[in-house]
Amino acid sequence: MSPRLAKALVNGLLIGLAAVALFPLLWMLSVSFMAPGEAGALPPPLLPAHPGWANYRELFLRAGMGRYLLNSLLVSGAITALSLVFNLMAGYAFAKLRFAGRERLFRALLGALVIPAQVAMLPLFLLLKYAGLVNSYAGVVMPAMATVFGIFLVRQYARSIPDELLEAARIDGAGEWRIFARIVLPLLKPIIATLAIFSFLAAWNDFMWPLIVLTGQEHYTLPIGLASLAREHAQDSELMMAGSVVTVLPVLLLFLSLQRYYLQGLLLGSVKG
Amino acid sequence: MNPPRAAWLFLAPALLVLGVFFLLPVLGALILSLTDYDLYALADLHNLRFVALGNYWELLQRPLFWSALGHTVYFVAAGVPLSMGASLGAALLLNSPLARCKPLFRTALFTPVVTTVVAVAVIWRYLFNTRYGMANHVLGLAGIHPVDWLGDPHWAMPTIILFAVWKNFGYNMIIFLAGLQAIPPELYEAARIDGASNWRQFRHITLPMLGPTLLMVGILTVSGYFQLFAEPYVMTEGGPLQSTVSVLYLMYDEGFKWWNLGSASAVAFLLFVIMFAVTALMLRLVRRGEHPDGGPA
Repeated sequence: MSPRLAKALVNGLLIGLAAVALFPLLWMLSVSFMAPGEAGALPPPLLPAHPGWANYRELFLRAGMGRYLLNSLLVSGAITALSLVFNLMAGYAFAKLRFAGRERLFRALLGALVIPAQVAMLPLFLLLKYAGLVNSYAGVVMPAMATVFGIFLVRQYARSIPDELLEAARIDGAGEWRIFARIVLPLLKPIIATLAIFSFLAAWNDFMWPLIVLTGQEHYTLPIGLASLAREHAQDSELMMAGSVVTVLPVLLLFLSLQRYYLQGLLLGSVKG
Repeated sequence: MNPPRAAWLFLAPALLVLGVFFLLPVLGALILSLTDYDLYALADLHNLRFVALGNYWELLQRPLFWSALGHTVYFVAAGVPLSMGASLGAALLLNSPLARCKPLFRTALFTPVVTTVVAVAVIWRYLFNTRYGMANHVLGLAGIHPVDWLGDPHWAMPTIILFAVWKNFGYNMIIFLAGLQAIPPELYEAARIDGASNWRQFRHITLPMLGPTLLMVGILTVSGYFQLFAEPYVMTEGGPLQSTVSVLYLMYDEGFKWWNLGSASAVAFLLFVIMFAVTALMLRLVRRGEHPDGGPA
């Protein structure tokens, strides 16, 4: 094969793959601006004849999408903030503080990763039901406040902090909490960004647990609200595409702006999954 | 404050959360699966009875459990090789010295991964609509008869597999790409000097060097694909004719639609045991297949 042909082949295949990856998303955006019923025509139109915001107006004014959006922001924001604090503290302790049984405890945590999360969901539902937390934001947020993956990520990264630095601070009389806040956290900045975007995306996209624990519309997050809309409005493709845009766009923009941190975390986490 | 005490204080919040909201419920699930916890027990705990392995025994005799397991195994057995093949192919293309605008293509191919399953499943439902969907329109242009993608029991699962491959291949692509970039270029240079073809270079350098990565990615992907739930929930509601009911879908229906929490816990534990057995088997097979002296041939 001539080098020029090979080059055309490689780049042609890449363009084809990119088109397959992006087409459904671009089509979603286009259809969301179409008039009701327009997307059901044959042949399927690629672009709206008269683009308008009618579907979005319908979603926010009549279908309660604004509430779902706020719920999603609130729940994902709370999960991100709380899990960040707890995972950073635990990951740092596993990496840098000496105590009896440290390695055994950490291995036990990693071992727990083989248990699929769904095994815990039925008893967790009962637990929250008896605690009166079913159909509340807390019911979604509390179980996600710490993750083994997050602790693992922080530990991997924090191990590179030199012990001498911490020892010097201890000799100067700094307390452990002060050392963590003043010396360790600034050094962990890159992993904080990585963990934050990971947690936020995971919380935003989570489906099965919120579906189980949120039983009332007023607490629905976007994926749950969208799934329930999709069952009621199966025929309104334009409206549903607008709903998909509202659900996907925030995380897509977040990913595009912080891509470097996200991909770094993906690779760190897979070193020894 | 001495370091060990400080350590436990730093660990306490995370361990408490994991203990109360994960470890405890997992043990609870084991106990729950040995009881007949149902709607009556939900109303009044006095109705709860211990049934030992009764739930498991009943499940193993229910055709619906076996068909759900069959659908899940179908999804894993077809979806994992297709996903990993797509990931590896895309990674090889991105790693090729001939490729242009690599960061742009990498971002484009990765984008489906960060999208919300529910939202993109809704999109696919319209793209694969039998009457006015884009997929059938394009096939029609090529003279192929329309396919009833999500309405035909033979086609519904393949359509969901196609969707899962599209949604997930970018994730493993990034891991493979890092693995490919870690292979020393001298190996390829030496092979080229010896006159090895592209295929032989791939077969004897790339694949062996990627071996550990392939195994790890394979195991993670298999366990991920066993947890099929949101896709059939949104795209087919388990239909048509229950042809896309997965094990977790059965667990969800059993537990949260019919409130048979005891039996649903047994479903969850059986899934866990099966996943564990399959991934352990994969590890053993690969370990045994490796030569004791190791290294790329």
